[in-house]
Amino acid sequence: MTVNGWIQIALYCAVVLALVKPLGSYMTRVFTGERTVLSPVLGPVERGLYRVSGIDSRQEQHWLAYTGAVILFHVLGFAVLYAILRLQAVLPLNPADQAAVAPDLAFNTSASFITNTNWQSYGGETTLSYLTQMLGLTHQNFLSAATGIAVAVALIRGFARASTGTIGSFWVDVTRATLYVLLPICIPYTLFLVWQGMPQTLSAYADATTLEGAKQTIALGPVASQVAIKMLGTNGGGFFNVNAAHPFENPTALSNFIQMVSIFVIGAALTNVFGRMVGDERQGWAILGAMGILFLAGVAVTYWAEANGSAVLNSFGLTGGNMEGKETRFGIAASALFAVITTAASCGAVNAMHDSFTALGGLIPLLNMQLGEIIIGGVGAGLYGMLIFVIVAIFVAGLMVGRTPEYLGKKIEAKEVKMAMLGILCLPLMMLGFTALATVLPAGLAGPANAGPHGFTEILYAYTSAAANNGSAFGGLTANTLFYNSTLAIGMLVGRFFVKIPVLAIAGSLAAKKTVPASAGTFPTHGGLFVGLLVGVILIIGGLTFFPSLALGPVVEHLAGAAGQTFSTGG
Amino acid sequence: MLRQLRPALVLLTALTVITGLAYPLAMTGLAGAIFPARAAGSLIERNGTIVGSSLIGQNFSGAGYFHGRPSATTAPDPADASKTVPAPYNAANSSGSNLGPTSAALAERVKGDLDVLKAENGSAPVPVDLVTTSGSGLDPDISPEAADFQVPRIAKDRKIAEDTLRDLVASHREGRTLGLLGEPRVNVLALNLALDDLAKR
Repeated sequence: MTVNGWIQIALYCAVVLALVKPLGSYMTRVFTGERTVLSPVLGPVERGLYRVSGIDSRQEQHWLAYTGAVILFHVLGFAVLYAILRLQAVLPLNPADQAAVAPDLAFNTSASFITNTNWQSYGGETTLSYLTQMLGLTHQNFLSAATGIAVAVALIRGFARASTGTIGSFWVDVTRATLYVLLPICIPYTLFLVWQGMPQTLSAYADATTLEGAKQTIALGPVASQVAIKMLGTNGGGFFNVNAAHPFENPTALSNFIQMVSIFVIGAALTNVFGRMVGDERQGWAILGAMGILFLAGVAVTYWAEANGSAVLNSFGLTGGNMEGKETRFGIAASALFAVITTAASCGAVNAMHDSFTALGGLIPLLNMQLGEIIIGGVGAGLYGMLIFVIVAIFVAGLMVGRTPEYLGKKIEAKEVKMAMLGILCLPLMMLGFTALATVLPAGLAGPANAGPHGFTEILYAYTSAAANNGSAFGGLTANTLFYNSTLAIGMLVGRFFVKIPVLAIAGSLAAKKTVPASAGTFPTHGGLFVGLLVGVILIIGGLTFFPSLALGPVVEHLAGAAGQTFSTGG
Repeated sequence: MLRQLRPALVLLTALTVITGLAYPLAMTGLAGAIFPARAAGSLIERNGTIVGSSLIGQNFSGAGYFHGRPSATTAPDPADASKTVPAPYNAANSSGSNLGPTSAALAERVKGDLDVLKAENGSAPVPVDLVTTSGSGLDPDISPEAADFQVPRIAKDRKIAEDTLRDLVASHREGRTLGLLGEPRVNVLALNLALDDLAKR
């Protein structure tokens, strides 16, 4: 570890923190329907959209109608994306003559993009046409992110309101998230990325003759416009196979830094939106504080492990840390930081190959996802995931002192706790259940590229990433098979909707409740004690659920590596 | 549910057109007007032919050129399309090795590369980036130490003084952005182009 490395990490945290209040204030205005600086320009567009769609922007929805709208929007989005993938060969803007995407891969990719997972069973430059990248993927990058934000805002309204039957209008929320938050940031962001060297062209792949006389075909495309929303919306699906490790998808150390900031910025600012809307900004800072503690602990472990390098390679006399699968321009610190950020949020973009991380360096990204990506998390999804844990933490605190638990003046009762547990438990069911299945079926065992405990971790990582809607991978796993494409897609869909629907149920139930005035017996939820309790509950639930699987994978591998043991495939 | 069908259909279509067509196409136009060379992929032309992109590494195996990092990219096997063969720096199919820390294949590969490099230059420790594959397989850079390490081989092959080459490396060294971000590096293609120019003079 170097001083410079830690300065990069500190600078990163400072920049994200500085953006929380301004963006939080702006987004609060957007979602409470107030005028913003962009209203003169976007207001007419917004009203035009409502008019053609037959939406009354003042008509709010009951949580069931809101949920119905969410599901309908996803189903239709899925159909459109699936059709584009299957038909890309006969559609325009296909200079590389990509063939139609196979049905199982198209199913997987559609599920992946509507759930904001962006798992890549496909390799962008070898599979998808420019039209698919734009009309299919870029557009779902926007909409799946906007949907996540909408659900989080609906849950916030549940806490902020009292004795009402509605939690807002999904149509209005999703439109405003897209028009007022995502698009206005993406436009200057795209130009910045092109300035850093990212291609943005519809020209065909370039053919170069190298200095040594060989032919090199260089894949190009409208990269920057997609990367901007891929990061900002914590989508993470790469234009190219290796995602943000590709020099065209992340040309400089500066583009890397700004990409990392853009992964966290909306999720972090949503904690402030939460605080503002419930009328006490400290509540938002407390949640951000709990996220920050878990984040920094993860960064420290991964950076330490990667800087120390692999015991096996170090035994050959190599120094300088683990550079296998990392790019020179980023080095160890920026690669380790990126890996923790992308899995803390549900981004899943990678600027280094997680599969080649040291055992403990790769354990943290895995654990981040297993905890449900509540450390900042996906746009919207992180906040509502964290609020589920808040409900459980408050419940535990209530049990300890024998009082009905309250949070922000709302009584937390059986229904909320049951729904919260449903949201929490569906993730280990998908992650561990499918991993167990894949390790006994031949179709599953055919997947891993590495032998020994690392092969097991490749499988575990895949299902964890899918159910958590992350999308990063231990890329050695051959996942573009019928078995993996379909099981991973199921994991993604369950991981998305079996969290979202309980969250909306909680929102509806809370909104209908009366607000109880705070009394001397109320547990304050803006202080250090609450933050500590919340972190403890998260780690205990995560630890008890996932420790055995981590012990079989990364922990065993770390010990084997330290003893100099290696594993070979076949033979 | 049915009452929601019209908003769902119309809004989805409208937002699809805005975010999936209008936005990327407008950005393509704007980027092409403001940064034409970068938007087109930072391609480098010499005497009318494209020799590569300044951002994409290419394969150098001759003794007279600086070599980039090992690359794990592959291409379809011409004999059997269902299999792949190694094709370093294949810029149409980016890929890392995805070998884990306890992989025997990784250990053997690194050991083999180390032996070759040590035979070539025994006077300095082998920089780690010269024996590890990059994440993309297309890394355009190597560390300044990795460039310096190769100087004796190139000096011998091209019959140029080592000091001249070291100066060339130093003049191509890029520091951290703003003195803080990323790591110091040398762009291998730019360095080799300068090397060829040096020979012409």
